Amino acid sequence: MPIVQCDHVNKTYRQGNIQVRALREVSLEVDKGGFVALSGPSGSGKTTLLNIIGGLDLADSGAVVVDGESLEQMSQTQLAEMRLQKVGFVFQAYNLVPVLSALENVEFVMLLQGVPTDERRKRARAILDAVGLEGRHDRRPRELSGGQQQRVAVARAIVSNPAIVLADEPTANLDSKTGQGLLEMMRQMNQERGVTFIFSTHDQMVMDFARRLVIIRDGQVVDDRVKG
Amino acid sequence: MFLSLAWRNIWRNPRRTAVILAAVVIGVWCMVFLGALMRGMMVEMVDNGIATLTGHLQIHRKGYQSDPVIENSMRDPGPASKALQDSLPAGSHWTARVRVNAVANNARHNAGVTLVGIDPACEAKVSFIGHAVAQGQYLKPDDDYGIVVGQALLEKFETKLGHKLILMSQDTGRQIASRAFRIRGVFHAQQRATEKQFVFVTKAAAQDMLKLGSGISELSALLPEAASPQKAADRLRGELPGAYEVLTWPQLLPLIKLYLGMMDSFVVIWYVVVFVAMGFGIVNTTLMAVFERIREYGLLKSLGLKPWGIIKGVMAESFFLLLIGAALGNALGLATVWALSYHGIDLSALAQGAEFFGMGRVIYPEAHIKDILTANLVVFILGLVVCLYPAVKAARFTPVEALAHT
Repeated sequence: MPIVQCDHVNKTYRQGNIQVRALREVSLEVDKGGFVALSGPSGSGKTTLLNIIGGLDLADSGAVVVDGESLEQMSQTQLAEMRLQKVGFVFQAYNLVPVLSALENVEFVMLLQGVPTDERRKRARAILDAVGLEGRHDRRPRELSGGQQQRVAVARAIVSNPAIVLADEPTANLDSKTGQGLLEMMRQMNQERGVTFIFSTHDQMVMDFARRLVIIRDGQVVDDRVKG
Repeated sequence: MFLSLAWRNIWRNPRRTAVILAAVVIGVWCMVFLGALMRGMMVEMVDNGIATLTGHLQIHRKGYQSDPVIENSMRDPGPASKALQDSLPAGSHWTARVRVNAVANNARHNAGVTLVGIDPACEAKVSFIGHAVAQGQYLKPDDDYGIVVGQALLEKFETKLGHKLILMSQDTGRQIASRAFRIRGVFHAQQRATEKQFVFVTKAAAQDMLKLGSGISELSALLPEAASPQKAADRLRGELPGAYEVLTWPQLLPLIKLYLGMMDSFVVIWYVVVFVAMGFGIVNTTLMAVFERIREYGLLKSLGLKPWGIIKGVMAESFFLLLIGAALGNALGLATVWALSYHGIDLSALAQGAEFFGMGRVIYPEAHIKDILTANLVVFILGLVVCLYPAVKAARFTPVEALAHT
């Protein structure tokens, strides 16, 4: 049963007076529990596809279904609710709320979901410990290294048990050792908790970790292979 | 955590927060202080009006108010005095007066004045004259030829204590009545116009001069602070026959009543004007804060925060800023009012203009809870309304637009 289904998705952007076709007739299915990397050169459309799957942006045409819900006709409020309940995001630039501590950043999504305070705190502490941030729960983002901040971002993305986690270039700002540690942690989450991960990347290490590699070029899927 | 997030956000850029706070504090201070100043002027006008031979209420013979001639005097003030005795609340004071227009003259000058015949002891508890004599002495009850005049009239007539002043008026027989009085005392009043207008003799002297018998022009009453003139007047109207009319101070001083209504409107207009100046500062700075954090709003939206949640966040930050600014502004405004409440603000340089509106030479600002509440309501309600613009602006960015913002 696919958790993500994209069917003939098209997306065109306007950059000044120029129209850029970011996605052309893209069709893709990702099964639950997948660990998938979307790869390709800069401007190939992989981030656009990730944004459309995550409901951050809407396709011009084609169908996108996430965990059984079709996104095309959703309002901004419905899309926000869908993201809250089904999608976790990890961004290249960590994107933590600077005035909140690591614990509060992780709690924030559960706060929006209405999880009671005690349970929220318990789950946030547990997930931060699981990503290796014991003793750093009360630190603000500026008091954490890049790798630690990205771990907080991963913890935030998976703490509410979303259907999928979308990670846009998660290792781009990290050194290779830290990046590898982060990927190992995400693979562990995938294997132990069954969380579905979809990465956009042009980092070879991410591609090596992925069990399925989808190559996108000029807005089209040109290769899609499951690794042995 | 939501409120905590808003609170922490406002301290992310202390300098910007200080700018907004300064705008709110100065605005609220202006509203509180200048509102208190205007209120002080109003209170001064009313107090002067009441003390200048008006009182909180008066009883006349019907028709006297529209045509205050000697023929319209009360020939028998007995029933009215009894009604006052029976129905006024404890702590009230009242007095009977004769009041007619007259001409005062001496060897060099003459001028139109208002001759006021008073019962010196009772009058002292009701109007300003009892404690206004600055030279010589106040009238004695049996002094049939003594007169107390104002300092301004004394100067105008180039006369002095002990000299004679002739008063002429029309008596009840429509004949010219005149009597020579000797100046016993000189009074000072808040307004020079009062010093020029009124001259005081004993009631008995005025009645004798005007052939009025025991008749009087008016009974004037001063009520305790908490008593309502309107209720007291209603009770008196119930007790008195139709030949009398009972008037409260707003009916006796219609110009002041009108002016008070205008001043109330001016205070609100003033609040709105100050707010408009302050509002531009608030909107501008809040917009700057919003644009600086567009990426963060994109992040919050991508995490599932709905547009309404963004609006709530920006509004919570604005609310905290308004709350702190209003608290400081109120404290500063009240401190200023308190500091000036003992010595007041001396408007002697503008005394003529101030007198025109019935105000004294020194204004004592008075902070009224109603004015302070109005000022704060204006700041909070309009402040939150203007902050809706940057809040809605922040909520309308799509997550992709916002996250792409550098």
